[in-house]
Amino acid sequence: MPSEEGANEVNQQDAVPAENKTEVKTSPVKKTKPVKMQLCRVLLLDGTEYEVELDKKAKGQQLFDMICDHLNLLEKDYFGITYRDPQDQKYWLDPLKEIRKQIKDLEEKENVIIPPGGPWVFGFNVKFYPPDPAQLQEDITRYQLSLQIRDDILKGRLPCSFVTHALLGSYIVQSELGDYDPEEHSADYLSEFKFAPNQTKELEEKVMELHKTHKGQTPAEAELHYLENAKKLAMYGVDLHHAKVRQDEKDDSEGVEIMLGVCANGLLIYRDRLRINRFAWPKILKISFKRSNFYIKIRPGEFEQFESTIGFKLPNHRAAKRLWKVCVEHHTFFRLVSPEPPPKSKILFLGSKFRYSGRTQHQTRQISALIDRPAPNFERTLSKRFSSKSMDAGLWTSPGYAPYREQNRPDLSKLPPDMSASADAVGAGKLPYADDVPPQGDEIPFIDADTTDDFYSAYSRPGAQKSQGEKDAEQQRRQKNIHEMKMEFLSQTPQPAPGGWDARTPPKTLSQQKEEKEEHEVAAAVQETVPPVAEPEVNGTETHAAPPEPAAPEELTNKVDDDDEIPNVENAVVDELESQEPPTVEVKTETVKYVASDEAQPEFTSSVPIVKTESKTITYEQNEDGEPDQDPGVLVSAQTVTSETISTTTTTHITKTVKGGVAETRIEKRIVITGDTDIDHDQTTDDAQQ
Amino acid sequence: MAAAFGRYHTAVVRGIPDSVRYDALIQAEQRDYVDVEKARQEHAAYVQALRDLGLKIVELPGAEDLPDCPFVEDCAVVCNGTALVTRPGHSSRRGEVHAVKKVLEEDLGLEVVHMVEDEATMDGGDVLFTGKEFFVGLSNRTNEAGARILAETFPDYSVTTVPIARGLHLKCFCTMAAPDVMAVGEGPEAQRAWQEIRARGDHKYAVLNIPDDGAANCMFVNGTIMHCAADEFPKSAKTFTSARLEYPRVQVPNKELAKVDGSLTCLSLLI
Repeated sequence: MPSEEGANEVNQQDAVPAENKTEVKTSPVKKTKPVKMQLCRVLLLDGTEYEVELDKKAKGQQLFDMICDHLNLLEKDYFGITYRDPQDQKYWLDPLKEIRKQIKDLEEKENVIIPPGGPWVFGFNVKFYPPDPAQLQEDITRYQLSLQIRDDILKGRLPCSFVTHALLGSYIVQSELGDYDPEEHSADYLSEFKFAPNQTKELEEKVMELHKTHKGQTPAEAELHYLENAKKLAMYGVDLHHAKVRQDEKDDSEGVEIMLGVCANGLLIYRDRLRINRFAWPKILKISFKRSNFYIKIRPGEFEQFESTIGFKLPNHRAAKRLWKVCVEHHTFFRLVSPEPPPKSKILFLGSKFRYSGRTQHQTRQISALIDRPAPNFERTLSKRFSSKSMDAGLWTSPGYAPYREQNRPDLSKLPPDMSASADAVGAGKLPYADDVPPQGDEIPFIDADTTDDFYSAYSRPGAQKSQGEKDAEQQRRQKNIHEMKMEFLSQTPQPAPGGWDARTPPKTLSQQKEEKEEHEVAAAVQETVPPVAEPEVNGTETHAAPPEPAAPEELTNKVDDDDEIPNVENAVVDELESQEPPTVEVKTETVKYVASDEAQPEFTSSVPIVKTESKTITYEQNEDGEPDQDPGVLVSAQTVTSETISTTTTTHITKTVKGGVAETRIEKRIVITGDTDIDHDQTTDDAQQ
Repeated sequence: MAAAFGRYHTAVVRGIPDSVRYDALIQAEQRDYVDVEKARQEHAAYVQALRDLGLKIVELPGAEDLPDCPFVEDCAVVCNGTALVTRPGHSSRRGEVHAVKKVLEEDLGLEVVHMVEDEATMDGGDVLFTGKEFFVGLSNRTNEAGARILAETFPDYSVTTVPIARGLHLKCFCTMAAPDVMAVGEGPEAQRAWQEIRARGDHKYAVLNIPDDGAANCMFVNGTIMHCAADEFPKSAKTFTSARLEYPRVQVPNKELAKVDGSLTCLSLLI
């Protein structure tokens, strides 16, 4: 592979025999060699191509900066570099990482084929659609945004009615041609323009009619009107992902096809074309993914006591991760004042730390306000360069399906097949629903079945990938062990806590005592109902502690008192916790327990009244599957304590596990977002090669 | 793109056939017989109120074989120059749409989409357009297939479904009283629907809680709120008249057709 060349060179030099001293004068590391260059070709939004040669080891940011320079674009934070595969699946380039590594990643993991030796081909696209384009500082930014929207409309990603196509089209014409002039503009003057995926004469006539009404508008004004109308469309700025959700928790069936949309305001869920649910960012407490599942934890509603977690099955692991990243980025960009700082955890933590690396909208607005240059001149000539490429798949259909057609008089007998039919296409291989293994069919692990793995992965160390057979065997073995160990643990007597905790934790309140009691009750119930079924099974009542109103900072509960030892690593964390805990912080205590599947199952269609805004608590968590084979033990309880200041979120996970009969407490603190071990593996592999 | 919310130039209405007295569909166990003459008088007053607000009136003749034909709202959903002609949920009403479709297409020049899919049903009374998005009540008369067709027909807007367990239509107890203001009945079904709307809608709306569910059906037409009469719903009428909204209000009697589950919005298609 091309990207290996650099490494190989060094190796070859290492392999040069010692006799050949003239060639090995200095160590390979210090010897200078010509910088390898790579041709990059970027398809810009106006249809032109920008070619540039970059250092082969260049990071995404370098290419991005060069593109923005070329475009004379200062408000860059809304944009990004993409790679699109033949199925129109979009991958964002990480500016912090080397481009070639990401390309290699794409080749290996997404089965994307990039012609060797040829140029790297990318797109330049809007990543974050500003909800209020009028607030952008420069017209040139609005111009790029409008180019993106034009493409979105033509490719069917942004559905519009006939009237909207006409109105938007009329603003484009005004911005490109200026005022309507009957002498200059013949009957056919719009034929070069593309306003809609399926354009009719009737549409062109309507555009002309509306164009006449825009007399006097400057290009920038027309563009602003364009954006003011486009921003209102239901799918503006919504990034869609195919997923499945299990309709009925007791039903073993495949699940219902849905689309998950990520936008500035939160997560949207669609079935066919209908919006079936919506979760604003303030409502979402946690987003995580595990294997090919994506989970969101939702704040309890006004009249509800417990949080609910909703799981979605994505076509594969990478899709789940991609969705998770998009959520993290959107949430950070639109909701936070500044991005989360890199995690400073002192625990040995193998996961690398993905976080959104750019500026937030808040920051970019502040900086943009300082832009003080005369508005740059630029030409608006998209339409003339528009090539007659065939329109690819539309918004609501799976890639490769019959294209969505916007029709003036929709003939309903010819409507594109709706989403439920696309399952067949999925089976036919358009959207592989498994990661290198045949589709699992019924297996849509939901929060109940997977909880064990979740908690283990969350609170223990992630590791390498395993084969499915291995995983199955391990799962069975684990379940058996878990059951045995649970019985053992439950027969133990509690022991006093080590000094560290005692010193810090205040005396138990009545509610805490009650919580402990509930937990034991639950545990007792497990003992009674012996049969070892899919882990974890806890009969009896749900034992979530209702998140209390934080009138005063909540005390940490004292469950750790029951443990007889805390390994050293946690002590380190505890110290850190002490030193870093800000004085006035809202801390919510939540007790997370295993619950039986029918209780854990939230109905995501249940009514969830909007909760009053309060300081939000959100954790980004990445649960990675597979690890070096180690038995994490039985998880008996887990708690999450979250504290928040204006710019940071500190999440402390306290878990109690039983390993080989010994109770162990692990305290893990996380600030911000944790990432994927895959990245680290690449790093280590790469390093090893050199 | 969209005109300011609640601006109309034309209303389509339909005359009341005699058959409404005995044959119109009712939800109640026992029939409270409509006084057809009085119903026609009330209808005339309703039409006049619309005329007074600047609307041109297109009146279709009533048909004896279609006792529910005065409730034209159920036959179509009109928005931004496009009309979706529905497939009414009750088979006895399917015939009502033909005359309506004709007038929308030929006389009013709208883009007409006709819901022909066999599985899909929709009564216009289940479709609440807020000016910014659609809510579709999934009731005995309207199903998801119908909602999907609506979503396809009006792609600019998000379409959110709201399950309706009891009651005829979503708009029986939930309508727009003014831009971004929803009138919602105080009954449990109405409040449940309102919670769904709040939770799952795209936009925020203020709520005007109306004591009587039936009175929560009101109309915002060219800057005026048309609502129930005080002698039919005294408490609710008072709620409307004393609500802190900047718009003038007009009371419209509808005692007779209410006996057959007809409310104010049912009687017209506003364009």
